[in-house]
Amino acid sequence: MVIGEVMDYSPLILSAKLALVATGLLLVLALPLTHGLTFARFKGKFLVEALVGLPLVLPPTVIGFYLLVAMGPDGGLGRLAQMVSGRPLVFTFAGMIVASMIHTLPYAMQPLKTAFERLDRRLLETAYVLGLSPVAAFFRVVLPNTMNGLAAAAVLAFAHCMGEFGVVLMVGGSIPGETRVASIAIYEYVETLRYQEAWQLSLALVLISYLVLLAVTFLNRGERYA
Amino acid sequence: MLEVSIRKKLPHFTVNVQFSCGSGQLLALLGPSGAGKTTIMRVLAGLEKPDAGRIVYNGEVWLDSEKNICLPPRQRKLGYVFQEFSLFPHLCVEKNVAFAADNQARVRELLHRFGIWHLRNHKPQGISGGERQRVALAQALAANPRVLLLDEPFSALDVQTKESLRGEVLAIKKQFSLPIIQVTHDLHEASLLADVVLPIVRGQVAGEWLAGILQGEKTIPKEFPKGQEAGRYAMEQAVRRIMTRPLAWSPGI
Repeated sequence: MVIGEVMDYSPLILSAKLALVATGLLLVLALPLTHGLTFARFKGKFLVEALVGLPLVLPPTVIGFYLLVAMGPDGGLGRLAQMVSGRPLVFTFAGMIVASMIHTLPYAMQPLKTAFERLDRRLLETAYVLGLSPVAAFFRVVLPNTMNGLAAAAVLAFAHCMGEFGVVLMVGGSIPGETRVASIAIYEYVETLRYQEAWQLSLALVLISYLVLLAVTFLNRGERYA
Repeated sequence: MLEVSIRKKLPHFTVNVQFSCGSGQLLALLGPSGAGKTTIMRVLAGLEKPDAGRIVYNGEVWLDSEKNICLPPRQRKLGYVFQEFSLFPHLCVEKNVAFAADNQARVRELLHRFGIWHLRNHKPQGISGGERQRVALAQALAANPRVLLLDEPFSALDVQTKESLRGEVLAIKKQFSLPIIQVTHDLHEASLLADVVLPIVRGQVAGEWLAGILQGEKTIPKEFPKGQEAGRYAMEQAVRRIMTRPLAWSPGI
């Protein structure tokens, strides 16, 4: 690539698309899950907590490997996808979304958990006494008072999905336009000594990540009420 | 009429109380902090389960541990004003009061009645402590409660604000004919507001006074003036004696 030539932004756009979809779905999944793990009392809760936290400590290749097997033509997830859409999940955009969601889940849950724990329980009790069911109290009291936590979770999840490498490489491969996201493209540019493109794409990711972290700091600052 | 019988084991003692409170009556649970008063209120509201007990409101069973009945808070339809502010920080004063109300006219009336109409667009964090407790009272009453629970609602306020809010409670007692149960550690407050005072010591009822009886002369020392002041003094002395006594004291007056 010659300096000044317009670079191929499609991996960056694909990354953003992946991150957006995965983040949206993650919030839908993480909200009830985190709420349950924060407020409910049941036996073996610590076992579930440790399980959803596993992606924080496991090498991405391990998660990627298991997902690769599960999403393949002989895996459970793969067979399910085959039945629904006619093709297995592995090496598809949908498969990458599932993989990103699983790997990013604890990152989305952490700010939510902090926000839920910070919520004054008396607000919930007041709501119950005033006649609200737990579900109504969640939408009318919990959610409006944890919006910053929700936004922080969304931003962190988005950033984490944007930077995902190991897991998406394992289950997505590198199909241009379909699964070749920015982090994978950078890796390939470096492997093929195309440093100019690697520079540009890396710089774009650095800028996006920096903006995202600024947003998180800003949200955390605005979190306190009275 | 609210009939209550509760037994619940706490780490250092067991709460074991029986009492009843009629409509239009204010019953004060009086005792030092850590005596189990708030636990009694939370069990009444359905926020905690006792080990054993029975709560009946006008024939409707809210709790019967023998029959395994325990209505959730939302089905008991009561108003609960907490010790500290429990208003919703994301809502303005008006929306806080209207939170569980089905009648907007009633909300407006309560906003006027408690002198908080001009604050209706403020958030709770932007108004004073006394104003917040007025909002909390209005919020509880707007939901048309059948019983009103007040858990030390004025303890964090200055003397003047306390005085005016006590006036509000007396007015509520007159206007809304419902059983009111108030927790307090302030003897003066209990004697001013309550029809019946139950001193609670380590989870037990340590005696019962009908406030009216104490207006009499029998227990008043000569050097003290007669009338209401004297009655209050007599009650103070009596409660002080009980509250400093060991547990094995048996009630009687």
